[in-house]
Amino acid sequence: MVPRRAARFAFPMVAVLMASGLCACDINKFPRLDEQVKASWSEVLNQYQRRADLIPNLVETVKGYAHQEQQVLTQVTQARARATQMQLPADILSNPQAFHQFEQNQAALSGALGRLLAVSENYPTLKSDQNFLALQSQLEGTENRIAVARRDYILAVQQYNTALRTIPDRWIAAWLYPDLKVRETFTIPQQAQQAPQVRF
Amino acid sequence: MAPRGDTARRCAGAGLCLGALILLSAAALLAEPKFPALIGRVVDDAGILSPATVNNLVVMLAAHERATGEQVVVVTLPSLQGYSIEEFGYQLGRYWGIGEKGKNNGVLLIVAPKERKVRIEVGYGLEGELTDAKSSLIIQRDILPQFRRGDFDSGVLAGTRAILKVLSGEPEGTSPPGGARPSNASSIDPWLVVGLFGIWLMYVLLMRAMTRNPRVIRRIGRSRYIGPGPFHGGFGSGSSGGFSGAGGGFTGGGGSFGGGGASGSW
Repeated sequence: MVPRRAARFAFPMVAVLMASGLCACDINKFPRLDEQVKASWSEVLNQYQRRADLIPNLVETVKGYAHQEQQVLTQVTQARARATQMQLPADILSNPQAFHQFEQNQAALSGALGRLLAVSENYPTLKSDQNFLALQSQLEGTENRIAVARRDYILAVQQYNTALRTIPDRWIAAWLYPDLKVRETFTIPQQAQQAPQVRF
Repeated sequence: MAPRGDTARRCAGAGLCLGALILLSAAALLAEPKFPALIGRVVDDAGILSPATVNNLVVMLAAHERATGEQVVVVTLPSLQGYSIEEFGYQLGRYWGIGEKGKNNGVLLIVAPKERKVRIEVGYGLEGELTDAKSSLIIQRDILPQFRRGDFDSGVLAGTRAILKVLSGEPEGTSPPGGARPSNASSIDPWLVVGLFGIWLMYVLLMRAMTRNPRVIRRIGRSRYIGPGPFHGGFGSGSSGGFSGAGGGFTGGGGSFGGGGASGSW
């Protein structure tokens, strides 16, 4: 008689405990973190697009003063074409190959742009051109926005991935959101780790 | 049956602990530089601005916020703590929440005299008006020439004036070249003088009240800076007509920043 009564109390107890544990684990965490990752990814794309939009103007301006720098100008145009023409698959955030391809294309464009700006240092008339100065400051600002957007994305992914891979959130994800996958994040490209070389 | 309940309880406890740990580690990963306190519209943490300049700036900035709702804050930093000014700037803006929430219409003018860097940090919502190109022009034309002569006061004043001009939608472009703008001494608005006098009076009264009764300091809520360089604390609260923030102090409205703006060095 006594064990039966204990059982009658134990079941509700366990149910209540489980329910409160679930609430403490915050079952809406994953949708929230997932949306945060998506939003910050959109911002990354947005800023890269903004940079791509600035480049044709910049190339035209530099061409006017430094048309003999054909090689550097062509490199920039080609790198831009590669970066903007890449088809982004829908699952790019959980597709390491596509993600790193995207990252490499953008890094190649950064490298080509860096060379273009370095070369333009050699043309005093270009450097004093108002249009060029404005474009240069816009480009600098955009590079900075890209850096901020990337950092925000990295942080968002870090929170999301941490939740997805640690207990107890991991159990909740496995139970309620089995479709969620670990997201890819940015790595620091090899070129960025080396300081740019200045030759005189 | 009793042991099973115990296990469940222990599991729930462990889960809670783990959750707390994850939260803590997430907070640690978001490590930020150490930011100065937002003590007013002008935070002269590096101590390079004269009291007159600070008053002048506060009046200008407060008037602009009353007219447009846009928050512009001038900050000088003793050190960038190893960060680049771009990294420091947007994080400081987000930390303070300069600008209205949702509108993100805040601007920071940041001066780091030790690193010889200056930056105009523009909130998301003002990037269309105060563009990178315009910010860069202001830095190159209005601020840097003065800073190169070691005149922080004129540089900051001229830069702030130019920022407010762009934000108010006045036509830019054809402005006096060379950056050496005439000092404002000749073109002072009489109302400015009246306002400054009022502020000064309030400041004196406040200081008196404080020295008599230290609890006033706490009531004003800016105890840290009242001691050696008390001007801004007193002024920030003195001139607070109708802007956001409780207790008469100046606070950010929750605006955010995304790295817009321009930087320069001298």
